[in-house]
Amino acid sequence: MAPILIRAATDIRLTEAESRARTSRNRAIALVLAGLVALFYVVTLSKLGLHLPGKG
Amino acid sequence: MTDIGWRQSEVRVSLAEPGDYWRLLKPRVMSLVVFTAFVGMITAPVAIDPVLGLVSLLAIAVGAGASGALNQWWDADIDAIMTRTRTRPIPAGRVTGAETLAYGLTLSAFSVMTLGLAANWLAAFLLAFTIFFYVVVYSMVLKRSTAQNIVIGGAAGALPPVVAWAAVTGSLAWPPVVLFAVIFVWTPPHFWSLALLKSEDYARAGVPMLPVVAGETATRVQILAYSLLLFPVGLMPWALGFAGAVHGLVAAIGGAVFVGLAVAVFLTREGAAARKACGRLFGFSILHLFMLFAVLAGERLVAAL
Repeated sequence: MAPILIRAATDIRLTEAESRARTSRNRAIALVLAGLVALFYVVTLSKLGLHLPGKG
Repeated sequence: MTDIGWRQSEVRVSLAEPGDYWRLLKPRVMSLVVFTAFVGMITAPVAIDPVLGLVSLLAIAVGAGASGALNQWWDADIDAIMTRTRTRPIPAGRVTGAETLAYGLTLSAFSVMTLGLAANWLAAFLLAFTIFFYVVVYSMVLKRSTAQNIVIGGAAGALPPVVAWAAVTGSLAWPPVVLFAVIFVWTPPHFWSLALLKSEDYARAGVPMLPVVAGETATRVQILAYSLLLFPVGLMPWALGFAGAVHGLVAAIGGAVFVGLAVAVFLTREGAAARKACGRLFGFSILHLFMLFAVLAGERLVAAL
């Protein structure tokens, strides 16, 4: 039986355009995630409002 | 030796930029949704915490964008045929259908949950219903099966002020229903004036738009009928007392111009003049809806000073 060669995915070389697109997508995802953290933080503060301990 | 592993030439890594994912949200439609939802929000008789109001608007906008992405996932085959849509991310080969489906579903879930947590669950339910109506009822069922597709499907585009009102008040009332009616009645003449200009495109894609199925004369009659109906409907906010005299005046003048342009479309049937008449009605329809909502918002903001 012929030996089977499976090359590792790490052999893949991205073209410059592919690499640039992936980097920009990663940055966009990072921004969206950071935005979501900030969003839920301010929503929580707004929902708590005056019900925070020590406030009237 | 048999090589069944990766080959450089076979590996396709996405070339999609964040801008492609932004375009999947149909940003121009989203901006109209944000605007009408904002008006629905400030028309409500109670004030909302500004942060929660902004987050609610964001959630409504993202929900609308998600339905736009899901619509492009479903309609990728006809988008590739029509000149107006063939450069969209999926037909252009920059984003796959599966990626768009996952993107649209994720944004739908996040937008609905966020609106529920930030505002209330009635608003979240209405947003979920809007997405369902646009994607399933309009895109999947109506669009390819009936010439009345955009009449019924127009309900999805008319719901954002209702969702926004519910986000503020936690309930429903007549004013948001009237705002819904204004957009609902405005939609057919707006879209059909464009469809008259693009009927060959729709016919090639097999979409049964009214000019393709019923003919241009029947379309012109229906445009005129809906334009006549829009006149009194546009006056209803003033007649019911939740808009002022300026709004009534703008609705009356704009409504009359709208009917006049629809008459021009009805009477001018041939050549460049007919296309120009359709283009004028389409352009004015956008201005008219914008003015109706902008004046309503302006009156509320002035009254609050």
